[in-house]
Amino acid sequence: MDHLTIAPIVIPLLAGTLMLLIGERRRPLKAAFGMTSALLQLASALLLLLLADGITAGTDEAAVRVYRLGDWPSLFGIVLVLDRLSALMLVLTAVLGLAALTFSLAHWQRAGAHFHPLFQFQLMGLNGAFLTGDLFNLFVFFEVMLAASYGLALHGSGIARVRAGLHYVAINLVASLLFLIGVSMIYGLAGTLNMADLAGRIAGLRAEDRALVEVGAAILGIAFLIKAGMWPLGFWLPTTYAAAGTASAAIISILSKVGIYAVLRLWLLMFGESAGDSAGFGGTWLMIGGLLTIAFGSLAVLATQNMARLAGASVLVSSGTLLAAIGTGQVAVTGGALFYLTSSVLAIAAFFLVIELIERGREVGADVLAVTREAFGDDEDADEEEEIGLAIPGTMAVLGMGFISCALLLAGLPPLSGFLAKFAMLAPLLGSGDGVSATTWALLAALILSGLATVIAMTRAGIDAFWASPAAQVPRVQVSEVVPIMLLLALCLALTIQAGPVMRYMEATAQSLHVPRDYVRSVVPAPQAPEQVEKGGP
Amino acid sequence: MELILALGIGVLTGSGVWLLLRPRTFQVIIGLSLLSYAVNLFIFSTGGLRTGAAPVLEKGMAGDLALHADPVPQALVLTAIVIGFATTALFLVLLLAARGLTGTDHVDGKEQER
Repeated sequence: MDHLTIAPIVIPLLAGTLMLLIGERRRPLKAAFGMTSALLQLASALLLLLLADGITAGTDEAAVRVYRLGDWPSLFGIVLVLDRLSALMLVLTAVLGLAALTFSLAHWQRAGAHFHPLFQFQLMGLNGAFLTGDLFNLFVFFEVMLAASYGLALHGSGIARVRAGLHYVAINLVASLLFLIGVSMIYGLAGTLNMADLAGRIAGLRAEDRALVEVGAAILGIAFLIKAGMWPLGFWLPTTYAAAGTASAAIISILSKVGIYAVLRLWLLMFGESAGDSAGFGGTWLMIGGLLTIAFGSLAVLATQNMARLAGASVLVSSGTLLAAIGTGQVAVTGGALFYLTSSVLAIAAFFLVIELIERGREVGADVLAVTREAFGDDEDADEEEEIGLAIPGTMAVLGMGFISCALLLAGLPPLSGFLAKFAMLAPLLGSGDGVSATTWALLAALILSGLATVIAMTRAGIDAFWASPAAQVPRVQVSEVVPIMLLLALCLALTIQAGPVMRYMEATAQSLHVPRDYVRSVVPAPQAPEQVEKGGP
Repeated sequence: MELILALGIGVLTGSGVWLLLRPRTFQVIIGLSLLSYAVNLFIFSTGGLRTGAAPVLEKGMAGDLALHADPVPQALVLTAIVIGFATTALFLVLLLAARGLTGTDHVDGKEQER
């Protein structure tokens, strides 16, 4: 039972490795492996979620589960730590992975070589990044995740993808270097890489070291914010996501949330209330950066003509919203932000998937797919595909419903969870009693205006796609392509209906993030011997 | 020794950043390589510089960071070298693909209009 914590890393690792041994021709076998692995991951993630919430244990307090790799004592070896936040992110990753993988079975798995192994390694990197409790191990999992995402973003090849991929890879390589500089500065001064141990050492730093640790943390933060796509660092994001293949875009859209996750976890651990003089360091910057990102994202949403870029721009808006909400540093707002994160990750992934099906009727997307399939010489699969291709009735109606649901979710309009999420963030901001500050008003305005911009842009795109395209044929859509979209949207609906229990979970998560006592205590052995503090700085 | 190392890291970083901002893909990849050398040296230097210290432990002496070189940055730098090497190689493949598909070595995939 203890080993369950590492299952989300081991399952995709084994599945991906086995797939590499199977030849490229035996695709059905690989697909079966991939689906099995995705289902197992979902099962283990759900089980871990229950464990982290303390439901199965029957106790009320959160069980932070620590898995020591190789059974080394905590501060010497690397630890994996499972708490509510990581369990939530694991479940999101597994759901998204299952949806994107199911979607890819219809076409995308055939658009290039090694789709399935890359996909599994992508999941492994994501799960690892969410589980690890060690700063350098976080870097390693970031690299696993990024290396797989380079492959997935380029999957299907073509000029647009290679051009966008060149920028994507170059920017992320620089971000990785910044990550390394940040990590080594923090290690050099604080003498530890363990996140929980680090949290305890920030307060006790000497004054002259403190500034340098803050610089290191800021450099580290820049690396994460590049992933999250914060305003001056996020220009690569819409282009890359729009150019990537649909199934790839749906899964790599969670990569921006990994940046958010890292900021949330490390910022609150290192510069929370117990950090002495450094408490709250950088909060203003997150707030301002988030607001600017919302502004830029809204303009980008309004300016785009192309639906895939529209989805990319809404990723920016959601990142900005999350950063600004986290930057407020209030527990209740963070709870709302986590709800928003869940809802927007599902909605954006569903949107990426819907877009391809809509565009397929308009030939543009279909052309690209046909060309890439031709380039890889997949003629013999053509007949087989016709047989599998079970066209669903009322295609346009289903797609239209999917599109409208995505629009409502992304804009944050009433019936669905997008609205609840925005409400959950705004209500504690306004209801805190003692006067509402200028930044709160700015955040309020930004959230509402970005919603308006999304409504305008989505309406325009929807009219263009469904009502005003005379030559459009009804796209040929397979069941396996609609099911994942329905799954994602149904989850959003479930979030709406079960908002009470979900919000309770999110609030408990936010609470334990802001007061990480349990987290630190479970990782660091209780009475810390003073001679363990190694001050080996230069 | 500190001065030489600091200067070395500084020069490598400076050249790396300059090359990274150039418009040709080859310049970018050389810039990235120089930057990663600089970062590797930087990580190495965070363990403290000393000559003639025991690599990990000396026989019959208690483990103390004042006596031996800190092994953690060395482990980190090894990992960083491996990962940096692999990702740079991947970038190189992409660079060649871009050259082949777009017919130019400009980073935007098209020549700037003059």
